[in-house]
Amino acid sequence: MNMQKKTLAVLGSTACCAAMTVALAQNLKLSDNVVRVGVLTDLSGVYSELSGQGSVKAAQLAAADFMAQNPSFRGKVQVIGVDHQNKADVASNKAAEMIDRQNVDMLVDLPTSSAALAASEIARQKKVPTLVVTGGTTALTNEKCNRYTFHYAYDNYMLANGTGSAVTKRGGNSWYIIYPNYAFGQDLNRQMTAAIQENKGRLVAPSDATPFPNTDFSSYLLKAQGLKPKVFGTMQAGADLVNVVKQYNEFGLRQQGIGLGIGLLFETDVAALGQDAFAGALATVPWYWNMDQRARTWAAKFEKAFGKKPTWAQAGVYSATMSYLQAVARAKSDDGDAVVKALEGHRFSDFFARNAYVRPQDHRVLLDVYTVQVKPKAQAKESGDYFTKIATIPAARAFMPLSESKCRM
Amino acid sequence: MNTQLLLIQVFNGLVNGAFYALLSLGLAVIFGMLRIVNFMHGALYMLGAFAAFALGQAFGLGFWPSLILAPVLVGLLGVVLERTLLSRLYGLDPSYNLLLTFGLTLLTQDLVKQVMLSQYAVSSAPYTPPAALAGVVNLGFVVFPKYRLFVIVLSLVICLLTWLVIEKTRVGAIIRASTENPSVTRAFGIDVGKWVTGVFGVGVGLAGLAGVLAAPIYSVEPYMGAELIITTFAVVVIGGMGSILGSIVTGFAVGVLAAVGAALYPPIANTLVFILMAAVLLVRPSGLFGLPEGAR
Repeated sequence: MNMQKKTLAVLGSTACCAAMTVALAQNLKLSDNVVRVGVLTDLSGVYSELSGQGSVKAAQLAAADFMAQNPSFRGKVQVIGVDHQNKADVASNKAAEMIDRQNVDMLVDLPTSSAALAASEIARQKKVPTLVVTGGTTALTNEKCNRYTFHYAYDNYMLANGTGSAVTKRGGNSWYIIYPNYAFGQDLNRQMTAAIQENKGRLVAPSDATPFPNTDFSSYLLKAQGLKPKVFGTMQAGADLVNVVKQYNEFGLRQQGIGLGIGLLFETDVAALGQDAFAGALATVPWYWNMDQRARTWAAKFEKAFGKKPTWAQAGVYSATMSYLQAVARAKSDDGDAVVKALEGHRFSDFFARNAYVRPQDHRVLLDVYTVQVKPKAQAKESGDYFTKIATIPAARAFMPLSESKCRM
Repeated sequence: MNTQLLLIQVFNGLVNGAFYALLSLGLAVIFGMLRIVNFMHGALYMLGAFAAFALGQAFGLGFWPSLILAPVLVGLLGVVLERTLLSRLYGLDPSYNLLLTFGLTLLTQDLVKQVMLSQYAVSSAPYTPPAALAGVVNLGFVVFPKYRLFVIVLSLVICLLTWLVIEKTRVGAIIRASTENPSVTRAFGIDVGKWVTGVFGVGVGLAGLAGVLAAPIYSVEPYMGAELIITTFAVVVIGGMGSILGSIVTGFAVGVLAAVGAALYPPIANTLVFILMAAVLLVRPSGLFGLPEGAR
């Protein structure tokens, strides 16, 4: 008798649980019963090392972790990685193809500002949430903002506000700037110039636009020799930045008293050239792998899966993908409008985004960011130990205030 | 812009000019003799730089031994490619060799990228100039890296030597004869096929040499030849397809033009060479130093 009761109770509770699971699953409204994450990135070009396959891996890790934490989504999240070749037209076509033919429910990563802007326009038309992590232009949350585009991790205002102010305040008050001639470089040059002038610095000559991509920067370095600014500002990124810094050292500008101001710096750039070539340069980053224990734990997991330490762009892709999936769980749907609603105004803190807030008015994701200085190799405690933290810029002060935003959603 | 700044940029332009000249020289030699438009030239230039880097990593070889060894290795690879693949396409429509060399370019770039990522964990690697040439020297009107001066001088010497060999020696006479009229040359008991292979090897060896010279200036990465090759083809066309002197003179001239352009009005720097090409082709369809087809 007792035995029977026990069995019944067990059976009953199991049935109850099973029913609940079914009910939960039925509550979920997923298009074709799967949430598809689309990583639109550079798999072959100048930014492939800092995002590329590593970003796809990061999104896959996020999907796996999310499914482990949310049993009702088990087997229901898929990740697709696609190459946009850093070209706006390719990005536009691929985004449309991913959404229409591969039924992708969101887009993430998007290095290269011009490609990010193109994909964001497609996302708006097709109502698919797009989380830009690696593209930098502030246009995404200003004149080109839209209901479906979110800007994660960093942007040019935050870089300029962090580095431009820090360098100028530390005495680097006369600048000569070069920038790559496309959406990202043009925007970063504008933001950097504004930040320098705000801190009572000046430009010794108008900034020069260089072709993108470009290998030879000697003409501009020679021009800098003649102009003698305190800071040679480079808004180049990725492989282009590596060439600039290499030639900056070759021409001996540091010895001539001309410092180096870097707009955008990734860990892979430092690795490519050796940290001594960058030593002393200031940069602003949203994260780095050994900034604290929480970051280190995640980085170790990524390194085990991918074989290399993560760049902050790749860490950002994990965090953005996880934020999106959690919004899907809150909305119980992968419908674009429902997820956007669940993301807007959301406050959270994870290993990457600290004190984060999704600003509903322009979809800028605010988070704490850090001004760092590149250590000389002699001071590094382990491989990849590149940065010393100079300052933490709190989320509320790091990004463009709403009063300056030109976003009309 | 004042004259001193202009002078500095003219001088600086010679560095890039040196690379254009070395590369277009190789292309001109190969085209003049084999009628092959070698689209793979940029990839072979990259292989030269990569070989120097890899030799340094694997065997601790410094810049100087690599400067000899890497071009030889690239030249040998060229010989193998010519014997096994290109030689099968002679007499066919030129688009076949264009497709083949273009395909080989893509293959080589991706292969090198895979090797670099798996072996060295980077896709763009640093390579420093030899200690003797490190640092800068004050020339009075400009502070300039010693290594770049060396590049200008060495490539001028190599260009001059190549020109002398082809124009003034018996070897050059055989090469020119094989180009003008292979069947008559064969009748004199000369193995034209062997000469063709040799010339191809030397031509791509020049690209390899340019690559080693470039390694300390630009970062060593799989796509470093991709952009350069477009400009180099323009140089060859402006100079006159197959003209040795034309490619040397035009190579340096285009380098200077691009540097001055970059300083005066940066956005036009990369377009300048194509504007020049269009202008030259309008006036002289066979290029500045080329003979009209009928006069060959």
